[in-house]
Amino acid sequence: MWLAKVYILYKSEVLDPQGLTVKNALHNLGYQEVDDVRIGKYLEIKLDGPSRKEAETRLREMCVRLLVNPVIETFDYHLEESK
Amino acid sequence: MRFAVVTFPGSNCDYDCFYVIDKIMQQPVDLVWHQEESLKDYDCIILPGGFSYGDYLRTGAIARFSPVMKAVEAEARKGKLILGICNGFQILTEAGLLPGALHRNQGLRFLCQFVYLRVENNQTPFTNACQPGQILKIPIAHIEGNYYGDRETLNFLGRNRKVVFRYCNNKGEITPEANPNGSLENIAGICNQSGNVMGLMPHPERAAETILGSEDGRFIFQSVLNYARIQVPVKGSYIERNK
Repeated sequence: MWLAKVYILYKSEVLDPQGLTVKNALHNLGYQEVDDVRIGKYLEIKLDGPSRKEAETRLREMCVRLLVNPVIETFDYHLEESK
Repeated sequence: MRFAVVTFPGSNCDYDCFYVIDKIMQQPVDLVWHQEESLKDYDCIILPGGFSYGDYLRTGAIARFSPVMKAVEAEARKGKLILGICNGFQILTEAGLLPGALHRNQGLRFLCQFVYLRVENNQTPFTNACQPGQILKIPIAHIEGNYYGDRETLNFLGRNRKVVFRYCNNKGEITPEANPNGSLENIAGICNQSGNVMGLMPHPERAAETILGSEDGRFIFQSVLNYARIQVPVKGSYIERNK
């Protein structure tokens, strides 16, 4: 078994209204040092696969086909062995 | 001309579309469940508004893999008319039938209000009943209607006149104040290269009778019938006709 931790974020050129609002809220609380906030998604996916390579190939496919909209989002992941 | 209105789990404007086509435009129409695998009997397919699959993951992201979408893609390739309204527009972008994406409104609020739209291209199957630059008053109801396309996409849309509607003020001016959701270049509706697939965030089916505050939405349905050279037999609203 593998545990994939997938991180999805808006591309830097796409305005993130939620992140902007949270940034303003942090400024209002006195955290002036906050320069930027981006809000994305975090997914944990448990998957079976005979090898890391195979699991990774399938995981990338899942990201591109469904989990991520490449028009507005980018993604990254960590794949670790799990029981 | 036979219409299909596709119902996904979570669609909630399907019956409104059905009603307008059936009672106001007086055309044959079926509600089609999302498991349907063929739409070959239909000339115009409407993907209605709503919250298909609860908007989980992203709006339209899961609906886009419904069995019916393979059929929608097949009919779109044949040149049949495909109209995506609100969630239907989101599904069409997710499916890659229209370029760009729709994401969270700039103000983060769900917006339910009348807006003004300027007809940017009246040479489409969906707008031929409009005058160039005509202003339509039609409501929006969405939280994910903020249109995004990269520079290349926006250039493509602009160069080829594929932007069909932009948000404007009541004078028809395209201003930042008239932009309800942060859409790039005030884009409210676009069509594909060949013009047979159109998506828009506003709801023409909610503005097809004076009793609802506007009947401007009817221009879009009327255009589809013009395109198919169908005369609508009766003018005036359904309510008035049936008094």
